[in-house]
Amino acid sequence: MRIARLLAALLGLALASVASAPSRAADLDAAFARIATENFGEIEAAIGDLAATGDPKAAAALQALTDSRLVYAPADKGVFIKAPDGKFTDARTGAAPAAEPFGTKPVRVNNRVRRALEAALGSLTLLSPDPAKRLAAAEAVLKSRDSAAIPALDAAIAKETDARIKKTMVQARAAAVLGKADATDAEKVSAIDVVAERGDQDTLSLLANLRANGTPIVKMAAETAAGAIERRLAVLSSVQNVWYGLSLGSVLLLAAIGLAITFGVMGIINMAHGEMVMLGAYTTFVVQEILRTKYPALFDWSLAMAIPLAFLVAGGVGVLIERSVIRFLYGRPLETLLATWGVSLILQQAVRSWFGANNREVGAPAFMSGSFDFMGLAITYGRLWIVVFGALVFAALLFVLKATSFGLKMRAVTQNRRMASCMGIRTPWVDSLTFGLGSGIAGIAGVALSQIDNVSPNLGQSYIVDSFMVVVFGGVGNLWGTLVAAMTLGIANKFLEPFAGAVLGKILLLIFIILFIQKRPRGLFALKGRAVEA
Amino acid sequence: MSSVTSPELTQSILYLDGVSVSFDGFKALNSLSMVIGHGEMRAIIGPNGAGKTTMMDVITGKTRPDDGDVLFDGSVDLTRMDEASIAELGIGRKFQKPTVFESHTVDDNILLAMKGPRSAGSSLFGWRNRVRDDQKDQVLETIGLKDHRKRLAADLSHGQKQWLEIGMLLAQDPKLLLVDEPVAGMTDHETEQTAALLASIAKTHAVVVVEHDMHFVRALGCKVTCLHEGSVLAEGAIDAVSTNDRVVEVYLGR
Amino acid sequence: MILRTIIDLDWRGRVFLLVLAAVAVLVPLLNLAVPAGSAFNVPTYLVSLLGKYLCYALLAIALDLVWGYCGILSLGHGAFFALGGYAMGMYLMRQIGPRGVYANPVLPDFMVFLNMKELPITWWGFGHFPYAMLMVLVVPGLLAFVFGWFAFRSRVTGVYLSIITQAMTYALLLAFFRNDMGFGGNNGLTDFKDILGFNIQAQSTRVALFVASVVALALGYLIARAMVTSAYGKVLIAIRDAESRARFMGYRVERYKLVAFTVSACMAGVAGALYVPQVGIINPSEFAAANSIEAVIWVAVGGRGTLVGAALGAVLVNWAKTWLTGAFPEVWVFGLGALFVLVTLFLPKGIIRTLSEWSARRSDQRAASAAAEAGIGAVQQPAGAE
Repeated sequence: MRIARLLAALLGLALASVASAPSRAADLDAAFARIATENFGEIEAAIGDLAATGDPKAAAALQALTDSRLVYAPADKGVFIKAPDGKFTDARTGAAPAAEPFGTKPVRVNNRVRRALEAALGSLTLLSPDPAKRLAAAEAVLKSRDSAAIPALDAAIAKETDARIKKTMVQARAAAVLGKADATDAEKVSAIDVVAERGDQDTLSLLANLRANGTPIVKMAAETAAGAIERRLAVLSSVQNVWYGLSLGSVLLLAAIGLAITFGVMGIINMAHGEMVMLGAYTTFVVQEILRTKYPALFDWSLAMAIPLAFLVAGGVGVLIERSVIRFLYGRPLETLLATWGVSLILQQAVRSWFGANNREVGAPAFMSGSFDFMGLAITYGRLWIVVFGALVFAALLFVLKATSFGLKMRAVTQNRRMASCMGIRTPWVDSLTFGLGSGIAGIAGVALSQIDNVSPNLGQSYIVDSFMVVVFGGVGNLWGTLVAAMTLGIANKFLEPFAGAVLGKILLLIFIILFIQKRPRGLFALKGRAVEA
Repeated sequence: MSSVTSPELTQSILYLDGVSVSFDGFKALNSLSMVIGHGEMRAIIGPNGAGKTTMMDVITGKTRPDDGDVLFDGSVDLTRMDEASIAELGIGRKFQKPTVFESHTVDDNILLAMKGPRSAGSSLFGWRNRVRDDQKDQVLETIGLKDHRKRLAADLSHGQKQWLEIGMLLAQDPKLLLVDEPVAGMTDHETEQTAALLASIAKTHAVVVVEHDMHFVRALGCKVTCLHEGSVLAEGAIDAVSTNDRVVEVYLGR
Repeated sequence: MILRTIIDLDWRGRVFLLVLAAVAVLVPLLNLAVPAGSAFNVPTYLVSLLGKYLCYALLAIALDLVWGYCGILSLGHGAFFALGGYAMGMYLMRQIGPRGVYANPVLPDFMVFLNMKELPITWWGFGHFPYAMLMVLVVPGLLAFVFGWFAFRSRVTGVYLSIITQAMTYALLLAFFRNDMGFGGNNGLTDFKDILGFNIQAQSTRVALFVASVVALALGYLIARAMVTSAYGKVLIAIRDAESRARFMGYRVERYKLVAFTVSACMAGVAGALYVPQVGIINPSEFAAANSIEAVIWVAVGGRGTLVGAALGAVLVNWAKTWLTGAFPEVWVFGLGALFVLVTLFLPKGIIRTLSEWSARRSDQRAASAAAEAGIGAVQQPAGAE
């Protein structure tokens, strides 16, 4: 990662200083001559010299050194960059050498040298015209805390116009001051104040050293600053946990919400629910395959196209299952459980025979990759979209149930089947469509889950227990309960993870839910009264 | 709980005072008070949702009241006990829908109901041999199912199932019987027979009957309580209650 | 009590025990006495395979006791089975002693590999056979008791109970996958050397394990049969058909269920304990939800509420599985899935009861005795009392 950043920075530098002054060539030659040695002190000094030239060839050589590809010939002090394919380039000229250099040795690197190297590469790019590269360079110095970079930073700060980069540079300078052996206490205290503004984990480790070995005044300043940072980080990590929890909760919600219809509203135990999710994920895969081969330009729209298709595929299969199996088993929940388990096996095996047992690659459209920074939190677009999508699906379902005539009929049938039938509602038809709706929503969930999970025939199985837990925990027949349950479990899981680890956290939650059901068998938001037990 | 010791309390088999139950804001019972004496037969009438079944649920421990006292035999607080212990005290309940053990024979249904130890341990090591056959025969005689004793309960007619359930209550030999709509779905002839059956049971037991069928209630010839919106609307002889203006208005219709 | 049960046994039970007795004599004879080349020889691998089926049959009988007679559809019996198996596996691991790859006299190989310094407390005593056998009963029994105590007391019934038993199994699956649980993690326990001093691979040991499985199955059947034909069993069926009615009659439903559930879990534990030495491995995948549900379908195929049917179903389905996975591997899962669907739709009473009803229709005389013996009339899941 860092290497890539430096490489990019170097490229920028090379382009920036195409017209390098000839007078520097002498310095460059001297510096290259100096680096051709086994003495670490000399190498370190030579790196400083090379950095001072500001020459792109120096940058290329330094980059090669970080990759352990810089070699020298002890005989004539020639310095070469050895490409991965074994070809040599003369570091001084940038051209291929006339003859294959003989008996080359790599320029050796120890930790001190490596630090010097990073700082050198950092200061080399501080003056780059590309703001992103300047920022990266400032951050590199901030990490290395190399006091040698202070002059370069001073120069850069004076020139800098971008406020954000300037701030980082000032902080980097402060960090460098803190790393300087002969800085005065006053300098250090004010540097601590500057650095503390960053308030991240790196700063904390920077301050840790001062807290341990500083003079009393410095110690105190570091102590206070570190305390503030720790508090901020604690809050931040809670906020982060809540955010991760919400996104996990959205996944749970998506997986469970279809079940909230089939199990919660209709009372059907559909063990093949997970397979509906799986079908949705495979629909996404097929859509992407077709787009990839036929219309690659439309790839970013693949998910948008997959959503209605997944709804239709899973919903259609759901209606088929209801018509062919489940309708004969109404009022016999345990038999329904067994039959739908059988259906789930058949669906899994069908997909396995068709697509193979291996994981299938489902790509992410461009708008779902990357992340942005929000108040110190790195928020990935993928997560954000899952949360948004979960909320949208939930809202859409609420709308269908509360505001459409189908929703009205559905509620009528579940509340009083006979009365609904008397009023001319075709109850078997409503049953089928309701089951289809629940299954279709599971299919839509599959589109979203294809982005975060392996698309394999077993995809559904990993969600079935979780989904039932969410619906039961939330209270059967209550959509809002499902929402609250999903979010509660998601957040609780993320808060448990740091203490207990992912697996143990999950086990603890399962145990909690099992105990909870003992206490309140009908869930968080259960309907009370005789009607429920009738 | 309050420490009332009125003569009304000590002479009662069942004493309800200020009992309230609410389900999500809906008041199923609203400060219901009622007293049933030893050996008394009482009919409870009232429109749907008046709280009749909820009252039964409270007495038998299925539902916990939010407020109020429910005392059995003058002293036992029923609100803290579960169904099984209340049944052991001597309160039997017949459901609205006939509920018998369909996979068992009529004989076994009565056998399971017979008074005796109820624990899992004692049943594993065979108490049924100690049950006296003559008691069983007597019950079967009373409910008129002696000729059907070897049949599975599932194969009985609706009316026969109702009687079997009453027979099971008899075998339990409770001090108080709660009977919920015993003649629903019965033919006129069966209804008459059931009225006679209950009347004969009432000679030795206290009986509370919930019923909609006014003919049947009249045939029972006992004190009547009319419930409305969770509390007592009127109480007294059938003629007095059935002419009460409020009862006519909310229940019987003009 | 067992003796009385044998005397009072119905013809179906007698046939079952006779078949078991015949198998217990014939299979060892055909394996040990008939030379390997002969057409009548039962190869040793087949002996172990049959032994495995019998363990499944015992599991099915355990499940039938709670599902067929008490209406508790447990999706956790695979877990009880696996726990019994682990208890046996731990004994077998301790028997390896210094013969492991790392030659540690106390610690099994995987512990050495995980840098464990001493034996975890959970493993103490498993070097002793009687203690291990006690744990085979106690661990599943205790789990079932505690779980059932909470569940039945709070009246968790029907599918809710099924779902939380499945959650329990799932939690155990996750737990046993963890290395730091100290039960071998992913790989489970395997490479067993000997049992009670006999080489576990030896032909004679395998035959002995087979006979032990037959005996366990017969005993399990008799215990279950004794329970369901006693007054206790009548109450159990009463609870299945009309739970509230039983409760209002003064029966403490939760205790009746708890007894059945716990006994059943112990039985499943024994089945697991006999299974492990015959297949040579126990790992966390035994806790998979699919295993528990498959056991349910064995019972459904044979006919729940018949005990003999459950055992028959287990053997039939597993025999079909062995045959199909060998002959047409892809077809097996389709077949199993179809089995679930078809049995629930078209054979809800299972083979045994469908057959007996069919023959009963031909002969009125038999009808009365069959119905009374089975103690079963209603096939459908009994609805609540109200």
